[in-house]
Amino acid sequence: MLERIIELTAETLGANAAEITAETSFMDDLHADSLDLFELAMALEEEFSVEIPSEDLEKITTVADAMNYLTEHQA
Amino acid sequence: MKTEITELLGIEYPVIQGGMAWVAECHLAAAVSNAGGLGLIAAGGAPAEWVREQIRETKKLTDKPFGVNIMLMNPESEKVAKVIVEEGVKVVTTGAGSPEKYMADWKAAGVKVIPVVASVALAKRMERCGADAVVAEGCEAGGHIGELTTMVLVPQVADAVNIPVIAAGGIADGRGMAAAFMLGAKGIQMGTVFAASKESVIHENYKNSILKAKDIDSRVTGRSTGHPIRVLRNDMARKYLELEKSGAPFEELEQLTLGSLRKAVQEGDTKNGSLMAGQIAGMIKEERTCADIISSTVSEAGKLMNGVSANE
Repeated sequence: MLERIIELTAETLGANAAEITAETSFMDDLHADSLDLFELAMALEEEFSVEIPSEDLEKITTVADAMNYLTEHQA
Repeated sequence: MKTEITELLGIEYPVIQGGMAWVAECHLAAAVSNAGGLGLIAAGGAPAEWVREQIRETKKLTDKPFGVNIMLMNPESEKVAKVIVEEGVKVVTTGAGSPEKYMADWKAAGVKVIPVVASVALAKRMERCGADAVVAEGCEAGGHIGELTTMVLVPQVADAVNIPVIAAGGIADGRGMAAAFMLGAKGIQMGTVFAASKESVIHENYKNSILKAKDIDSRVTGRSTGHPIRVLRNDMARKYLELEKSGAPFEELEQLTLGSLRKAVQEGDTKNGSLMAGQIAGMIKEERTCADIISSTVSEAGKLMNGVSANE
């Protein structure tokens, strides 16, 4: 799953997948703004068939956060 | 003029006034609503009780529908969301985030929800969570902006969602309105032209800055912070951009903008105030009534859409 999240992150934010790890922060390291985060959320939702409400989205700041959330909420 | 937006909101013309913090208060909102558009009170960063008072004042000034714009980043937004329901406001537009958590309460109270969006993904998300329409706002607009232009954003949002789209950013006359309709919009939102209207209560120095502005007079501050804001260039904008270029810390930049919009709107400080305005300020040359602005915009757009040149 981590690999796929990293791939999607790189694709959505136009970043280099090789430089992304679980600890990478979307905003601090990849300079994502709020629109980018919604973009990424939509991509993750589609890929993993999970809906991420905005309140939860605010708490997802790193790749690891995303992975934990998706693992927990995936049907 | 009838469109899905006039039907949805119960208004005469598909023209919405932008939710400009400090600028969009009861007098302006009522003037726009009385002229057949949809006036808005902007909650901005104000306390919820101020919003309540403004709603009550607006009701005294008009019996037509009006709305409230809520800025979701404001710590008071939860209280403002409640005030909207308690005071029976019919329409809410939202900015700076996603209104998902308030959706159920608003829907239950029959409030029409129209989020302002700056990307296709956010528009789709808003449709999914039950929005009645979206405002697709391009970066020609004043104040907080996104990255895409109105020309590019509106048709893509119109293609992506099945709810009606209202175009915003760079519109101040019938040509802009007709163009917006050609791009797939069913209504328009205008801000700067109403900020410079007769009924607008902003300080006359601020108003004059808009009326005097030329096409190239606006600047975008705060790109580096992730919160870009379009303003008319002045000392404050210059200082901010210099600091930004030198890599000044976020806190220092914030310090400079603290209360700067209020300085412009209420004190008329055009040097150190934040003169938020859209790029279209260059086209706005005179102070007109809201009724005049709306009727001329709608009639010009109508002619153009019927294939008649605006000059005929």
